[in-house]
Amino acid sequence: MSLFLIVALPFLGALLPGLMNAAGRQACAGVTFTISLATLVGLLTNLPAVISGELVTAQVDWLPMLGLNLTFMLDGLGFFFACLILGIGLLIIVYARFYLARDDNMGEFFTYLLLFQGAMIGIVLSNNILLLLVFWELTSLSSFLLIGYWKHLPEGRQGARMALTVTGMGGLAMIAGMMIIGQLVGSYDLSVILQNRDLIQSSPLYLPALLLILLGCFTKSAQFPFHFWLPHAMAAPTPVSAYLHSATMVKAGIFLMARMWPVLSGTPEWFMVVTTAGLITLVLGAVIGLFKHDLKALLAFSTVSHLGVITMLLGTGTSFGAMAAIFHILNHAIFKAALFMSAGIIDHETHTRDIRRLGGLRHLMPISFIITSIAALSMAGIPLLNGFLSKEMMLEETTHTVLLNSPWLVPGLAVLGSSFSAAYSFRLIGHVFLGSKRNDYPAKPHDPPAGLWLPPAFLVFLVVAIGIAPFLAEPAVRMATTSVLGGVTDIPTAHLKIWHGFGPALYMSIFAIIGGLLLLMVYRPALQIWDTIPRPEAKNIFDTLIKALVTIARGLMQSTHNGSFTRYAAIATVTIVGAGFYAWQSGVVADATHGVQTAGPVMIGGWAMLVSATFALVFLHRNRLLSLILIAIVGLMVAIGFVFFSAPDLAMTQITVEVVTILLLLLALNFLPNRTPIESTVLARTRDVFIAAIAGISTMGLSLHYLLRDSIAPSISEFHLAKSYEGGGGTNVVNVILVDFRGFDTYGEIIVLGIAALLIYALTETLLSGPVRARLLNREPDQPRAGDIHPMMMVVLTRFLMPVVLMVGFYIFLRGHNDPGGGFIAGLIVSIAVVMQYMASGFNWTSTRLRYPYHGIIGAGVLIAGLTGIGSWFVGKPFLTSDFTYVRIPPFQKFELATAALFDLGVFLAVLGAVLLSLESFSRLARRAHVPDTDYAMDIDPSRDSNPEGMQSMAKEGR
Amino acid sequence: MELLVASAIGLLTSSGLYLVLRLRTFPVIMGISLLTYAVNVFLFASGRLVVGAPPILQDGVSGYTDPLPQALVLTAIVISFGMTAVVVMIALGAYLGSNNDKVDDPVSAQKIDVEEVE
Repeated sequence: MSLFLIVALPFLGALLPGLMNAAGRQACAGVTFTISLATLVGLLTNLPAVISGELVTAQVDWLPMLGLNLTFMLDGLGFFFACLILGIGLLIIVYARFYLARDDNMGEFFTYLLLFQGAMIGIVLSNNILLLLVFWELTSLSSFLLIGYWKHLPEGRQGARMALTVTGMGGLAMIAGMMIIGQLVGSYDLSVILQNRDLIQSSPLYLPALLLILLGCFTKSAQFPFHFWLPHAMAAPTPVSAYLHSATMVKAGIFLMARMWPVLSGTPEWFMVVTTAGLITLVLGAVIGLFKHDLKALLAFSTVSHLGVITMLLGTGTSFGAMAAIFHILNHAIFKAALFMSAGIIDHETHTRDIRRLGGLRHLMPISFIITSIAALSMAGIPLLNGFLSKEMMLEETTHTVLLNSPWLVPGLAVLGSSFSAAYSFRLIGHVFLGSKRNDYPAKPHDPPAGLWLPPAFLVFLVVAIGIAPFLAEPAVRMATTSVLGGVTDIPTAHLKIWHGFGPALYMSIFAIIGGLLLLMVYRPALQIWDTIPRPEAKNIFDTLIKALVTIARGLMQSTHNGSFTRYAAIATVTIVGAGFYAWQSGVVADATHGVQTAGPVMIGGWAMLVSATFALVFLHRNRLLSLILIAIVGLMVAIGFVFFSAPDLAMTQITVEVVTILLLLLALNFLPNRTPIESTVLARTRDVFIAAIAGISTMGLSLHYLLRDSIAPSISEFHLAKSYEGGGGTNVVNVILVDFRGFDTYGEIIVLGIAALLIYALTETLLSGPVRARLLNREPDQPRAGDIHPMMMVVLTRFLMPVVLMVGFYIFLRGHNDPGGGFIAGLIVSIAVVMQYMASGFNWTSTRLRYPYHGIIGAGVLIAGLTGIGSWFVGKPFLTSDFTYVRIPPFQKFELATAALFDLGVFLAVLGAVLLSLESFSRLARRAHVPDTDYAMDIDPSRDSNPEGMQSMAKEGR
Repeated sequence: MELLVASAIGLLTSSGLYLVLRLRTFPVIMGISLLTYAVNVFLFASGRLVVGAPPILQDGVSGYTDPLPQALVLTAIVISFGMTAVVVMIALGAYLGSNNDKVDDPVSAQKIDVEEVE
């Protein structure tokens, strides 16, 4: 199966469980299981290629300019991890099906789980480090959803937030590190990067890159000092913990260290940082774990400790260390998943995870006892179980590792850590299952249904199988190790076997197990000592830190963002003008290329009107109705200016838009106060005048500068002028640009316009269904209403005008391609025709005659324009390629048919719908506000005189 | 002529900005409309000013007005209608909801404690 499909399958499949929630729990789990299984099968189809040493790849360019491409590769390491993720994932799905309670939303759970699985698969198969980062962040996000799955638990939410914060911050550091590596090598492809060991290690940027990447790995894999988030993530449902903390999430950091091993390892810096961090984590996790009373917390710290083991092994930089690390990844994933599931079973059946409340369960839960014991003994490192094998390899490796010039330091601490590890493993068995039966369990313990114990039982079978016959796992480990080493060093000749002969490793192992037993014997006094030692509580430190950050951020925000829009606008204006001034000062200013053209009296007259209207607007803006009239004059003068400067299309658009805008503002003003009160001080107004004047003068200077010089580079307008007729089939270049050359822009624009109209509609709906509705209904108009609501003259005139205006609109639309006009203008004209009916004959009268809802018109417009664009795909052309031809139907002249006209029809409909929907929404507010419309379109109708009812209602209306 | 257009743009900008800096929603909307005019005319003027040139392709004519800024401004005018409508709607909703048409939020309204978020 293609690697694309392997990665995409969990993501696509993630939709299904959520959608199938209604089909029942069985169906949800079944579909999730099937998807995971299909992915695993797809992965296995690539096994022959991987075994033969071939690098399976798949590539699609995504953003090649950034070096970000969808490239995947499958090598031994990726295969090894993907198998772990999917294999354990399958068991977790079965387990979760029986674990989750009836109240839990199973579809939601499995959707998150599949998202997470997809992200993990993405990490291990990415061949592009930027793509890897994308998946890396996706695991942080989806694990956040999983950990916080029980939203009603505050610990769950806090744990999820902490995990997201810590791993997210690490991810940010890693992005920086990866960027450095990518810049150094000149490629973001892993396969290229892995070939450039010397280049990277000799660069002075090696150390910062290494530290940043390790920061990402350590936070993800819970290495000291970032280990604290993992135990808090235990508030998640147990299947999540079992999945995230055995085979997947926390192994992502380990995976990345293994992935980058060929280029980053082998230097003293790598050895120092990675080995030390691993060693500290190993010991710290094991010691804290022993003294935890919560089963899952104990396992969480043991996970931390075992991740430390793996990190330390990778840190040594030897091929044997890498092999041991890979083997331990496999073993740890198996026994730890089994242990987490067992802890979940105990929690599920006894309703407690507190070890102090348990004990003597071996007779009550015999199956769980066997499963847990074998897995725990494996964790302790007992021979004939898989944990023993890799632990011995680890101990063997430590004897060759010299840290801080001391050959005893690493082996000594490793044995110490192993003793504690053995001790908590024994404690798990001893304090939970052994001992005498109690009679105060929170619930009566018994073995769970088969669905819960079968998955861990299968894992325990593997524990024993690998423990007895390690050669079974050898091919997989050897394959993964080969990829980790990446040809830098030779593959170790050592084989995985039970008996290595008498050597230091064996003695250390025996010592650790005996040490573990001794520790458990002195557990009570040791616990007392432990409880008296003051320890820093990581959560408190974390919370204090976050609180301090929030305080700083809030202080910063409230001193700059105080909610004053006026202030933001002023600061923005001054900043922009300042930046412009600096640019003008520091740049080169060319001489003017042409002189000032003389202006005629018409021009000066128009200018004078514009200026006086603008000034009047500023001085009289407190009278709002007057300011509307004045701004209409300004708009009109701008439109006339467009006519004057040979832009008829613009002028037509400006005038029609002006009409609908003024109508809209009038409708709004109906509800707003009529006057703006004087609130600002003289000083504030002087300051505002000053800011406005500076900005105005700068804009004027900029415009003048612009107008007196030719553009420094030839404009692309020449192309449009030249190609308009032969390429687009139209002589109105502006329209051809809109519907043809830049058709995609226009398409976007009509969508935006449609969204704006729908937004207005939605806001109106919200207002009308909220408390505002009552206020509108009780509102007393602040001015007397006109006696004649629907003046007869206007009604007659508008109805007479309607067909005329429609015809004009149609004409403007048709001629658009070759003469000034087009869809935009026609849409505006027709909407004005409809609005006139609303104004003259009333809302009711018009809406009852309305056959199509405006939403539908917008939708139809966008759809027509889109389908026109798609149509060009059928003839093998790119989206929105237009075509045209000339036809002649005998009685008429020859005329043009262009696909662009169809697109323009879409524009026309979208504009029409958007304008009318906006205005209609506003008038719906108004309708609520006062007396409903009369049933009659005209207030005075002679033919109705005989009808006394009509007279009465009219008399009421008239007032 | 260039001076007239440039000064008109400057005046529209400064008047618009002055109104934007007012404290009530309605003058701010008026100011934004004035700024829209200024921006549109400025964009249009980037095609330089030509008087009396044919806007439509004709045989035997070589000098035309620049069609590109016109096409851009045409859509800008239509979009500005949508924008104005949305802003007006928001202003109206705010006024009807709180009986107050001031543009500035008091600082106290933004204070949310972390504890509350939790």
